[in-house]
Amino acid sequence: MRIGLALRQLHRDETDLAEGLLHLSERHRVDHEVFHLARDLAGWSADHVRRIAEVAPAYGEDLDPDAVGESRLAERVRERLGDALGRSSAPELALLRDLREVYLQAQGVSVDWELVAQAAQGIRHHDLLDLTRRCHPENLRQARWANAKLKESATQVLLS
Amino acid sequence: MATTDRIAEPWGARTPYGPGGTWPTRVDQHLADGVSEDDVDRWVQSASVLHSNGDGLDIAVKDGRVVGVRGRAQDRVNHGRLGPKDLFGWQANTSPDRLTRPLVRREGRLVETSWDEAMALVVARTQTLLRERGASAVGFYTSGQLFLEEYYTLGVMAHAGIGTNHVDGNTRLCTATAAAALKESFGCDGQPGSYTDLDHADAVALWGHNMAETQTVLWTRVLDRLAGPRPPAVLCVDPRRTPVARAATVHLAPRPGTNVALLNGILHEVLAQGWVDRAYVDAHTVGFADLERMVQDYPPERSATICDVPVGDLRAAARLVGTAERLVSTVLQGFYQSHQATAAAVQVNNLHLVRGMLGEPGKGLLQMNGQPSAENTRECGADGDLAGFRNWSNADHVADLARVWDVEPDAIPHWSPPTHAMQMLRYAEDGSLGMLWVQATNPLVSLPELARVRSVLEQDRLFLVVQDIFLSETAQVADVVLPAAAWGEKTGTFTNADRTVHLSEKAVEPPGEARPDLDIFLDFARRMDFRGKDGTPLVHWEGPEAAFEAWKECSRGRPCDYTGLSYDRLRGGSGIQWPCDDEHPDGTERLYAGGRFSAAPDVCESYGRDLLTGAPVEEAEYRALNPQGRAMIKAARYVPPHEVPDEGHPLQLVTGRTLYHFHTRTKTGRAPQLQAAAPEVWVEVSEHDAGTHGVAEGDLVEVATPRGSVQARVRVSGIRPGVLFLPFHYGYWDTGGGHVPDGPGRAANELTITDWDACSKQPVFKTAAARLTRVTAAGGVSAAPTTTGSAPVGPAAGRVPDTTGGPAGSAESRLGTAAAPPRARPTSSTGGGRATGGWS
Repeated sequence: MRIGLALRQLHRDETDLAEGLLHLSERHRVDHEVFHLARDLAGWSADHVRRIAEVAPAYGEDLDPDAVGESRLAERVRERLGDALGRSSAPELALLRDLREVYLQAQGVSVDWELVAQAAQGIRHHDLLDLTRRCHPENLRQARWANAKLKESATQVLLS
Repeated sequence: MATTDRIAEPWGARTPYGPGGTWPTRVDQHLADGVSEDDVDRWVQSASVLHSNGDGLDIAVKDGRVVGVRGRAQDRVNHGRLGPKDLFGWQANTSPDRLTRPLVRREGRLVETSWDEAMALVVARTQTLLRERGASAVGFYTSGQLFLEEYYTLGVMAHAGIGTNHVDGNTRLCTATAAAALKESFGCDGQPGSYTDLDHADAVALWGHNMAETQTVLWTRVLDRLAGPRPPAVLCVDPRRTPVARAATVHLAPRPGTNVALLNGILHEVLAQGWVDRAYVDAHTVGFADLERMVQDYPPERSATICDVPVGDLRAAARLVGTAERLVSTVLQGFYQSHQATAAAVQVNNLHLVRGMLGEPGKGLLQMNGQPSAENTRECGADGDLAGFRNWSNADHVADLARVWDVEPDAIPHWSPPTHAMQMLRYAEDGSLGMLWVQATNPLVSLPELARVRSVLEQDRLFLVVQDIFLSETAQVADVVLPAAAWGEKTGTFTNADRTVHLSEKAVEPPGEARPDLDIFLDFARRMDFRGKDGTPLVHWEGPEAAFEAWKECSRGRPCDYTGLSYDRLRGGSGIQWPCDDEHPDGTERLYAGGRFSAAPDVCESYGRDLLTGAPVEEAEYRALNPQGRAMIKAARYVPPHEVPDEGHPLQLVTGRTLYHFHTRTKTGRAPQLQAAAPEVWVEVSEHDAGTHGVAEGDLVEVATPRGSVQARVRVSGIRPGVLFLPFHYGYWDTGGGHVPDGPGRAANELTITDWDACSKQPVFKTAAARLTRVTAAGGVSAAPTTTGSAPVGPAAGRVPDTTGGPAGSAESRLGTAAAPPRARPTSSTGGGRATGGWS
């Protein structure tokens, strides 16, 4: 059985997504909706990471429930960077790149959740299936947000 | 005829009535000192500005000047009554510092110029930007105070002429959440209820709505029900002890930012007790199961803890709304300007859906607004939405609009949601917006985080055009200032918060060279030479009535259908509620009777947004969710606000308005009675916090947040402990600073956070972490009104003098039964004769 492997991958990808969102938030503090929403949505992934870590031992994996919190120091540095990006048009292009990155990360996480959900159904582990039913829709909302933000920002950034 | 001090008694004398009865008529009138009714040359039909209620009134004219106002007895909205701002606010029109000539900036200073030169400058800059950078370099920030004809013209020229997606109004600050919540639940904007529902209600719930101060005449209607037989129960949700709270059966004062938790707790109890109209839910809604699941997590005990309200009171509130047979809810800024704005407002919609409280007398839902013509900003597309509640993500709707305007569909920006005001400010900040044209609004005082707003709008690289009646703070930093005609100096229509359309006729000439906003837009459109596909002018109308006729065609077949209305029909009688068409020739009192909604996928104005992330819902998803066009019950979980109190900022700041002022006091600060009633800023502090901070009534204190600080004198009031209240009316135009503080600041928005509801994009003004520090014992008491939410409490209350208006603040009123013919004789005559009064 390789569910543990899939959970480990999911745990890693959710952690990366959370950090991608935090990175996005920090780099674009002057875009207030991006700053606030990306932070909120990183919280969703941090919650997913904790929940994945809770079920992981049953599948032979020991995963860190607080993996998202580790890079705090690096965050602080990047926050100052974000402040400095201020008022030129360059950060707007960076916004598109960063949103694209988060969107792709979220899509990858979505595939991870699908894999876990398929396995959970096959083995009839209802707790695991419930976990995917709780977290996967939120993951899709993260992806939709990033996509919507891309669409909304692209015209202004690329035509200005 | 009785004379009442209407500053001291803002709601006037009681005229009690019972359920199902007709609200008695009381005609209020105020004329300038020394002018009697016999002196009045003519009465000109209009309705009230300075709030959203839409009180029908006639303007008294003598020797070509406005000399007073009188309520229209036959109007369905007010039955003759007027509020203090209606009675006294008109005096601002004749203020000597009105703008009378266009101004342009030369060598850093604004100097007078001709219309031709000012408009040539605006047109030249627009054309340069269009040529060099495209339409996304041009933005429009309009108002909730122009007329329908003006918004529609603006929408056409901005969307189809310029082709920009950057069109919004200051309605973003006041009513954006009302529109968003209605779209989420019903698929389309449009007020479901009617003010007349108050005549039938056995319960009235005011959710973050201090109606007594924001819509004084509507509150008078409630007071008259409360004074009559079988009065309704009243629920008030407000952290302040407002006049509504004092009249309430149950008053909940939740911790700011927790409205979703509160509603989820109430809905939990409503569902748990079985106070649900299952037949209605099954026949007319989708999504009930989601709500059931969600509110399981919010037993009253948990919600009461989050909101910090007594659980018994929360249960009592649930019982009040859960067992009412005819429930009216009204919602306003306590929800709209707070955290999770749309999600919270949607839960009120949910309450009405699960209880089947829609579309019948007394079963009314009113998602309110604050400004007189905010509804028109929304329906005409001047808030960025497409005109006529068309859906920007529905290709057929865009094609239909293109047909009406005779342009190609791709000439109308619809590739993404319309740009909201705060995003436009961001585009101005990053330089991608090169020109912003502001009309009848004052962002330099009204937008959050003023230090930032100033730094953005004062940039040299931004071409700022301001169109206003006074040299507001914003106008002072403009590159071009266009002097506009005020209400009473131009003709047009506007629609109030319960869809009542009123005609407002020109009573007097504007001062100097000031022009109606419509004329300014038409001049711009002509100079820009906007044309349709057939080569004829895109904006093909000349005056207000022709603009209204053009709008009627645009509204045809849409939920806000105006085709049955005309200037002639609106003259003489009462205002009329849309939709008004062949099917509903006398207008429509309530929407959604019989559970019929405008939510079908091909009809709806919006496919909705994610309540938490704001991401638009895709068409396919909407079709799957709601193929039959039912009302949508959307659940949301509570999440804490982004800024919560900490050690350095242990309190929560909420900002808001007082009864006597409107917005940034551009008009009310120039009406002597209103200005005297609330002459300077104050901060409300609870008795508890006054004690722990060692401050007392009248002390000068500093209020600080991470954005800045202001100084104000303390009013110890009945506000919830842990919360401070600052009125947002006080900027700098009547201080030495002009448009900036000349010392400690006093504008509430020095303190507010740049954050907005992801769904409605309405900025958050009700949750900022704040610190209170005593500066000095100034002696005396604060100048806050005593008649309102700022009424004093505690040991010093006895030495605070009552707010009164004296002889200057008095108005006359006459009781009587309304003549109320549906089509009374026009009171607006162009000749010199006096019209007859409306009372018997």
